[in-house]
Formats: sequence, structure tokens, C-alpha cells
Amino acid sequence: MGRSEAVPSGEPDRPEVPEQRSGDGPYLQVRDLRVRFDTEDGVVKAVDGVSFAVERGRTLGVVGESGSGKSVTSLAILGLHNAKRTTISGEISVGGRQLVGRGEEEIRRLRGRDMAMIFQDPLSALHPYYSVGKQIAEAYRVHHPGAGRREARARAVDMLGRVGIPQPARRFDQFPHEFSGGMRQRAMIAMALVNDPDLLIADEPTTALDVTVQAQILDLLADLQEEFRSAIVLITHDLGVVSQVADDVLVMYAGRAVEHGSVARVLRAPQHPYTWGLLSSVPSLHGDADADLLPIPGNPPSLINLPSGCAFHPRCRWAGVNGDRSRTEVPELREAGVPGHLVACHLSAGDRERIYRDEVARVGVAR
Amino acid sequence: MTRFLIRRLLSAALTLFAVSVLSFLMFFALPRDPVTGMCPKNCNPERLERVRQELGLRDPLISQYAGYMKGIFTGRDLGSAQGGRCDAPCLGWSYVSNEAVSDTIARVLPVTLSIVIPAAILWLLLGVGLGMLSALRRGSWLDRAAIGFSLTGASLQLYFVGAVLLIVFVYNLRLLPVPSYTSLFENPLKWTSGLVLAWVALAFLFSAIYARLSRAQMLETLSEDFVRTARAKGLAKRKVYGRHALRAAITPVVTIAGLDVGGALGGTVITETTFGLNGMGRTAVDAVRAGDLPTIMATVLIAAVFVVLANVVVDLLYAVIDPRVRLG
Repeated sequence: MGRSEAVPSGEPDRPEVPEQRSGDGPYLQVRDLRVRFDTEDGVVKAVDGVSFAVERGRTLGVVGESGSGKSVTSLAILGLHNAKRTTISGEISVGGRQLVGRGEEEIRRLRGRDMAMIFQDPLSALHPYYSVGKQIAEAYRVHHPGAGRREARARAVDMLGRVGIPQPARRFDQFPHEFSGGMRQRAMIAMALVNDPDLLIADEPTTALDVTVQAQILDLLADLQEEFRSAIVLITHDLGVVSQVADDVLVMYAGRAVEHGSVARVLRAPQHPYTWGLLSSVPSLHGDADADLLPIPGNPPSLINLPSGCAFHPRCRWAGVNGDRSRTEVPELREAGVPGHLVACHLSAGDRERIYRDEVARVGVAR
Repeated sequence: MTRFLIRRLLSAALTLFAVSVLSFLMFFALPRDPVTGMCPKNCNPERLERVRQELGLRDPLISQYAGYMKGIFTGRDLGSAQGGRCDAPCLGWSYVSNEAVSDTIARVLPVTLSIVIPAAILWLLLGVGLGMLSALRRGSWLDRAAIGFSLTGASLQLYFVGAVLLIVFVYNLRLLPVPSYTSLFENPLKWTSGLVLAWVALAFLFSAIYARLSRAQMLETLSEDFVRTARAKGLAKRKVYGRHALRAAITPVVTIAGLDVGGALGGTVITETTFGLNGMGRTAVDAVRAGDLPTIMATVLIAAVFVVLANVVVDLLYAVIDPRVRLG
């Protein structure tokens, strides 16, 4: 984005592979996650073999268009899918506990306590009939059965204050409709953090907010992460948000990871044509104001009938560079030059560098 | 909340005023002279004129209306031919039944109340309970059975269900007496056995509608974001459904229930006729047939009072359930 440069560079400004603290390993570890929904029209492969890991105190940005599987992934981690119509396979390990295949009751105990979620639209995600404070206090009491009403209230008021809501004791008794959009999202964050979770999943936390409030909420999340040392998965379609707060980024397309690496590396030297497209469709503050945005042509594919080979090939201008390969063979995630930077594309490293330099960077990306 | 209540009550009073004016004007809008219907057999012009005088039909419209309203609130003197002094709430004198209309109402209103209130409790419990359960167990045999039940209830008519119940329980099995009304305070057992079939018939048909309505509402609510939030907090299913989903799903049901109960209290003609009970509905129909205007007016007014009151109660419940309503 604004701060990234035109030329692919092998020199990242942050460590590529997060150093694992001795003993515990990444707090969240997802391996070969597959999520399928049985529908009347067929099986929807919403997530098809995705792997990633997030350490405590680090933030992973998950990026993609609608339908790329990013929200489904987060709901799968929390076990919020309808168990009857959903098949989940692979591994999800949270704090060393394997979640796939566990009973609803076991996962329920972890929800809200060890892993919490911030939803996209706080107006619809908060219950309209209960006061904001009560909803936060309820979240606290679920996991602190011994806590009395007064203790839960004090804790909720404290949390409201910590997320920057003025006069938290008075605000406690107000209803969601009496809060502004930004305040509601703060309240939502307070609710997610009330039990001090180690893993926080934020699903487009700033999409419903206006731009100035967006920045405040992102700052707040960053500050709270310092304080609580939680691992954060930030789901977004906004690469600007990613560049602002994330350490690593996972680009998803049609239920698969197409590029994965540190934010510095992926935004500065993007390797996948889809990532190029995402970057080119965002205006830049530093670029030429008259430069055209380059939208990605076409629409995300149906997850029931995925295109053969690389799912992105019908929308990729360079799908033909390697003959028929993109149409027939599913590309695997492979290291792209630097350890920890992975890309799933049939283009050779040389081709990618040349195309990016000559055809992409000049027109759109990273002006 | 107090302001909301006051505003709501004021608008209810205004509605009732409008209904009273309209039903009063019926007297004059009807094609036939109200007097002829009220005159006993040996009608002659003098007699008709006397009835007109007694009814005050020679007075200006406004003072007639004022007199009628005064009668309702403070009572009034109707003259010797109409039973003399008529205490509040005075609804006039019926020449057809030769008694004060308020006496007729005092006799038939408890019948309707005794039919509708227990039936409403039954149908709400059964309908809402069934609807919620089948939404939570969507696709299960219970859900299928509930859908079948709704469909059956929605396609049957009360007089058919009532007749079947009567044939089976009264005439064949002889488990119950022929339906009749006994005051609850006189003999609760007889009250129950005399009315239970009417309750069951009404409750069966209404709960079919309510099961369907509450199932649809609950399914819609279950897909709401705030229900997902409740689950994401780690709440147990019982609390997610009972505390978060139910409260939101029940709101539209409350509205419909208020209207249905209010409407039914004004008279359940078919139920009363099917089971041979003499309540508000039959009284109203008989009064229309006989051209008994004072009784028609009284039944229309009372039905209106029930509907308006039910609406006020619904609004108050709404305000209790949904905090957003308290602002508006």
C-alpha cells in the first residue's frame, strides 16, 4: 500500500518467521482445514485445505473477496457452524487443544473464554433488547459461575472504560441503539475481551464503521493486544487494514490459501496474480490521483463447481503463460524466494518477477 | 415509559370516541326506521311516535349522543316505557328483549369471557410451545408432526371440529355433558365440563396458526447475528434459545395474539353457535337479525373496547420486551 515500494524486495522490515517461544508453540494452529456444507445444490467446499498459525501477541490478517472462505474459517475455529450440515476436517489446535471432532459442550467451554470473536456489524451482533452492560456481564458470568451480579457488573464497567467508552457506569445500562457505531464496536470488543481470551478473531471489525472511527478501533485493538498478549486473527478485505495492524497475511481465494507470508514481504513483493489484483484495486494516497484502479475482472467462482486447476485461472491474465497447466493442475503452496513466504501459482519465480515489474507495478500496484 | 403510557392511553380513548360516534350514527344511516323494529306487534302511528319520543329521536343528534354517553358514564332516566331509571353503564333499552341492554350484556359477556380466556391460554401455550420446539428441532419427526398439525388446523373449520368433538365426547362416549354455561364462581367443575369442548376446538384451530407463526419467527431469529454472538460467548444452548432467541422471536407473536384475543372477546359467533352457548357473538348476530339497534350498538362498542384495550396491552408488552419502542 502506501508505504510499500514498487520493486520486489527480498529485505523485509520484520522477521519473516515468527520466533516460537520455547515450549508452547503457536497458540492457534490450523492444519489442512476443510469445511464443507451439504446443500441441495451440492457440496460447497467453503474451505479447502488451509493451514496457518498465530502466536500470542501476533496478528494474522486473512484477506480475500466475499466467498473466499475467510469468515467460514473463523467460524470453524469457534465451532459455530451448524453441525448437521457441516463437515469439518483437518486440525484446529487452540492452546495445544485439538478442536476438530470435539463435542459441542467442550468447545462451548472454550468459546468466549480462551477464544473470542468480534463480529462485523455490531448493531446486528448485539442483542437489541438487552442493555450493553448486561450483555458484557453475561459473557463474564458464563465463564465465572461463582461471580455475582455485582462483580460481573464491575468487570463490565471496567472493560467499557478500558475500550475507551466515557462514563462507562452510565453507559452500562444503555441499549445498543443508544450507542454510536464506533461505541458499539468498542462495546463488542469489550465483550470479547472480558474473559481475557488468548485468541481473538475479528471478522471485518471496521467494515461497518466510517474511516476515522476505523482507525481508532484498529489502534484500540493494537493497544489491547499489547496489554492482553492475545493472538489475533483479523479477517478483512481491506489490505490497508492489514498493512496497518497485521504481522502476517494470508490471502485466500475460493477456499484456498493463494499467498501467505509476513505483511512486509507480501505487500512489498506480492507473488500471486490475485494479490496483485487486490492491491491494484485499492487507491493509493501517494500515487497519481488520476491513475485508474484495476479491478479484478469477473466474479468469485461458485464453491460448488470450482474451476479446474487453479481456481483463479478464469480471471487471471497470465493463466496461459504456462500452457494448459493452470487449467488442469491445482497449484500447491510453495516457498517463493524467502522462507515463510508461500505462493500457489504455476508461474515461475522469474515470470512472476518480470510480470510484476513490467506489467503490474507500473500500472497499478504500489504507486 | 410513563409518557409512552399516557400517550398510548390518550390515543386509545380517541379511538373509542370515534367508534362510539360511528356506531351511534348507524342508527341513522340504516335504511330502515329504527323504531319499526322496536315496536311490539300492535304498531300504530301514535305508538310509533311515542317510541320515537321515548328514544329521544326527535332531539338534535348531538344531544342524543350526549345523552347516550351520559348514560354510559353516569346513568340516566329512560322513561317508564324503558324501565325507568337506568344505572351506569346504561346502554339503552331493548324493545326486542324488553330489558335494559346492560342486563343482556351482563348475562352474555361472562359466557364469552369464559370461552375465550381459557381457550387463549391453551392456544398460546400449545401453539407457541409447539412452534418454538419444532424450530429448534427443525427437520425432526416432531417438526414434521407440528407442520402436519398446523396444516390440519389451518384447513379445518370450527363448526366441523366442534361437531366432531360433540359427536365423539358428548353423544358417543358420553364423557361430557351437552355444553352449557355455568358461572365459574357457582360451580367450577360444571363450568369446566360445560365449556371444555369449546376451548379445545378454538385452541386447536388457533394453535395451528400460532405454531406456524412462532416456528417461522424462531427460525428467522435463530439466523440472526445476535444469536451467533450469544453462542460465541460460550452460552449454553438453553440460554441462547431461552434468553436470546425466544425474546426476539416472541415479539410479533404478541402482536397477533393481542389482536386475536381482543377480537375474540368481542364475540365468537361460530363457537357459540356450534356449542349452543349464548355469548356476545350470538347476541350481536341475533340483534342484527331483529334490528335491535341499542343491542347492536352495545355489542359493537364493547367489541371495540376489547380490541382497543388489547392493542394498548400489546403496546405496553412491546415496550417491556423491546427497549427501542420506549423512545418512539
